[in-house]
Parts: sequence; C-alpha cells; structure tokens
Amino acid sequence: MSLKETVNSPYSKWLDASGPESDVIISSRVRLARNLVGNPFPHLLGPENADKILYALQTAIHQKGMQETVGKLEICRMTELSPTERQILVEKHLISPDLLEQPEKRGVVLRDDEVISIMVNEEDHLRIQCLLPGLQLKECWDLANAVDDGLEQTLDFAFAEEQGYLTSCPTNVGTGLRASVMLHLPALVLTQQINAVLIALSKLGLTVRGLYGEGTQATGNLFQVSNQVTLGLTEEEIIDNLIMVAMQLVTQERTARRALYKDQQHQIEDRVWRAYGLLKYARTMASSDAMALLSDLRLGVDLGIIPDIPAGLIMELIIMTRPAFLNKLKGTELNPYQRDIYRATLIRERLNSLPNG
Amino acid sequence: MLCDRCQKRPAQVHFTQIINNTKKQMHLCPTCAGELQAESFGFAPQLNLHDFLAGLINHHFTGANIKPNALPQIRCDKCGASEAQVAKSGLFGCSECYIQFGDRVQPLLKKIHGSSAHTGKVPRRTGGKALISKEIRILKGQLQNAVKQEEFEKAAKIRDRIKELEQQIQ
Repeated sequence: MSLKETVNSPYSKWLDASGPESDVIISSRVRLARNLVGNPFPHLLGPENADKILYALQTAIHQKGMQETVGKLEICRMTELSPTERQILVEKHLISPDLLEQPEKRGVVLRDDEVISIMVNEEDHLRIQCLLPGLQLKECWDLANAVDDGLEQTLDFAFAEEQGYLTSCPTNVGTGLRASVMLHLPALVLTQQINAVLIALSKLGLTVRGLYGEGTQATGNLFQVSNQVTLGLTEEEIIDNLIMVAMQLVTQERTARRALYKDQQHQIEDRVWRAYGLLKYARTMASSDAMALLSDLRLGVDLGIIPDIPAGLIMELIIMTRPAFLNKLKGTELNPYQRDIYRATLIRERLNSLPNG
Repeated sequence: MLCDRCQKRPAQVHFTQIINNTKKQMHLCPTCAGELQAESFGFAPQLNLHDFLAGLINHHFTGANIKPNALPQIRCDKCGASEAQVAKSGLFGCSECYIQFGDRVQPLLKKIHGSSAHTGKVPRRTGGKALISKEIRILKGQLQNAVKQEEFEKAAKIRDRIKELEQQIQ
C-alpha cells in the first residue's frame, strides 16, 4: 500500500479495539524526541538544512536491516499531501497539528499499518511515535526503541552525558520520552468522580488532556494521560509508572461502571438505547453530539447491554466523522451544515448494515 | 501564600503585568485564575505552555521578571540564538545552546523535572563516556544484589569490572 492510500484509509491499527484492557484503554502511545548533531533545532532551521534532515532520514529508514527489524517505512514531505490529507493524519492521531504549519520544511514517515510514525522537523528534528490499541505501553516502547536503534546506525543524535538527549524544549530533555494512554472513562464522568481523579493524577506528575492533545477538551469522555517528567528516570521507570496508573484507572472505571449499572440499571440502559436509536435514525448530527452518543454506545457495548456491535467500529466512526475525513469520503469541501447531514448518513449506514442491526 | 482574589485557596499562579512602567503582581489559585482568564481580565487569551516556560527560563536567565528585550545579548556561538530569544520562545536554538548557556540550564531542568541528571538510554554513536557511566551504574546495582545474596565470588568479579571501567573514563 502506498503512503497516500494509507493516509486515506479510515482504518488504523490502533482503532481495532483488540488490545489488552480495551474496554477502558483505547490506545497506548510512546514518542521519542531526537535531534541531529550540528543543526539548529527546527524553529531556527532554514529551508536548506530542513531538506538536509529530510534526506538524512530518508537514507536512514531505507538502510540495510531496518525493514527486517521494524518493517517497511515510507517517507513523504508534507507538501506532497493535500491539505485534507494532512488534516486526516491529525484526526487519526498520527501527527500533531503543529506539523501542518510551514509544510515546506516538514515531513512524515509512516509504516503501512500506521503503528509507527515519525514527524520530521516538528518541534524537534525527529519525533518517533508508536501507537498500539489497548494497554501496550511496553510493546510501544520496545518498538520505538528498535526504530531509534535502527536510525542511530547512520544518524548522530544530540546527546550530553548529564542532560541526556537534547531537545528544543527543555520539558523533553533527558529520555525525550513521552508515553501516553487514551482512556474512555464514561462512568467516572457520570458519577462525577472524574475531577478528583484528575487532581490526583496531576499530583503524580502526569498530564491529562482531551482527545486531540494540548488545550483540547475531553469530548466523548476520552482522556489522554501522559508523563510530564522526562529527565532523571529511565525509560522503563517512566513506562512502568504510567502502566501502574493506567491499571488503577481501569479498576476505578470498571468499579464505577458496575456500581452504576447495578444502582441505575434502567437509566443506564435507557441512555445507551437512546444513543443507539439516535445514531441509527437521526438525519443530522453535529460532531460533538456524535462523540457523546458514540461514547454512550461504547459504554453499552462494554457493559453487554447491546451485543453484536464491534467496539472497533465505534472508534472508527469517531475518526471517520471528523471534518477532514468527511470531506475526503465525500470528495468535496462540505460546509458545517452539509457535514452534519453527511455525518448522520454515514453513521446510520454503518450501524444499519450490521448483521443484527 | 493565599490567593489574592478569594483569600481561601493557596496561590499557585503568579502573574506579573507591566503597563506604562508600573508593575502589577497577582498571586492566584488555579480556580480564580481560570475564572479571570475566562473573563479575559488582564490575561492573555490563552496561557500556553511555551509562554509559561518562557517565563520560567526568563526568570532563570535573569533572576527577575525583566522583559526579554532588556537582557544583555549573549548569543550561542553555534546557532546565533540569543539569550533573549530563548527566554522569549521557551525553546533552545540548537543542542550547543545547552553548553553555551551552561550554568543557567541545570537549575531550570531541575525545576521542570525535579532532577538534572539523565539515567536513561544512551546512544551508541554519540554517547561517549555516558555509555560507560551507564554500565557502571548497572553493575553497581548488580554488585549490591550479589552482596545481599552473599555471592561474594560474583561480587568480586563485578567490583573488578567496575574498577576497570572507572579507569577508562578517567
């Protein structure tokens, strides 16, 4: 599959709801920040040097042994992708919105299943990312580590004995490692325990964000939790800490779900079936409504209230019904009103085509 | 310190404003800061991470909340980034900046991470002495274990290896 086809397919490996603890943990991600010795960091990088880094990476991903250990990687410049395609990469969480600015300096590397992605010349020269479904932080780290080792065969990374890997922003110095999990926490939100949980997390040196990163709101009861400290701990310690916290959250959320279902069975069932009904029959659907209803539906699936809906389909619908994706699927630029209609149509078609729909 | 506005919760957000040469300081709790921000009462529309960091760096580079452009222009030899630029953007210009701005970097890192010494992965190509230092750290851990388990022969071997490595980096 070419990189362009990959971009345009609504499927991403991390969406398939197959991973461990996938009733609560949607996905795990590990990101490594790396810079090449002897070049200014990207924000001071001229076009010529930016090219140099793109070329260096192109050579590095195609060198011997790379494909055997981490799979086939493809690189492309942001300018080779249409603005819609770039936006889709953001909606699929493969690149950050920051990579969209100054596209002539920037590039992206992808493996065809989208588990591995590398942002080139974002805040740092390289941001190596691994994204897997469910709680698989260790697996993400092993893979990111292998990519890092592979690239290091030809690239000289900026490193100092005392400070570790040197990064553009001092918040990433040291390991350059940011690990995160995306969690679906509807019961903690419904029982209003979420704020206490969020405060506790911030005291543990963890950051909580909404679905689309920094400064975004938690729509659809989806939360991203990540480590804040990157210096002074080993990579394994950072990963283990986050796994421990993630498992705590899983336990809390499951307890809250059971308690909620036991005490308010009819209300919860009603909520889930109403969501299902709206999603199956509504004629217009705003993005935020879709997220909230799909979250309720997912809760219903996880509680066994509605069987026969694959959990992966729900996440896929969340991604598919984001603005850029709708434009891509329809093949034209839709205005918000048209988008709401098309979004409702798409969801309806997918849900009504299920065997027992 | 209590929040200037509600006088109940501890102040965690410290806000300094200089208008027409008059300095105004506010110490607020996160709740009040959020509310004030919502009313955009004297606040920038968003408190973003880079601005926040820039404030920290600025503080570390100058010891006070002076406007970045009032700083003396020390520059990184390598990339030409000035201290003022770094303080303003919250981003270093190149990896050399970490050396050039030397003493001021370590306390800043300590403030952000609670530590200023890297203990994680070391790259093979550019790791240099750090590769050996890391091996010594691992061996020291093993040495302690061996002593605890009373495996003295093993411990002696590990100790000799540590000595060997320590000589290499001297």
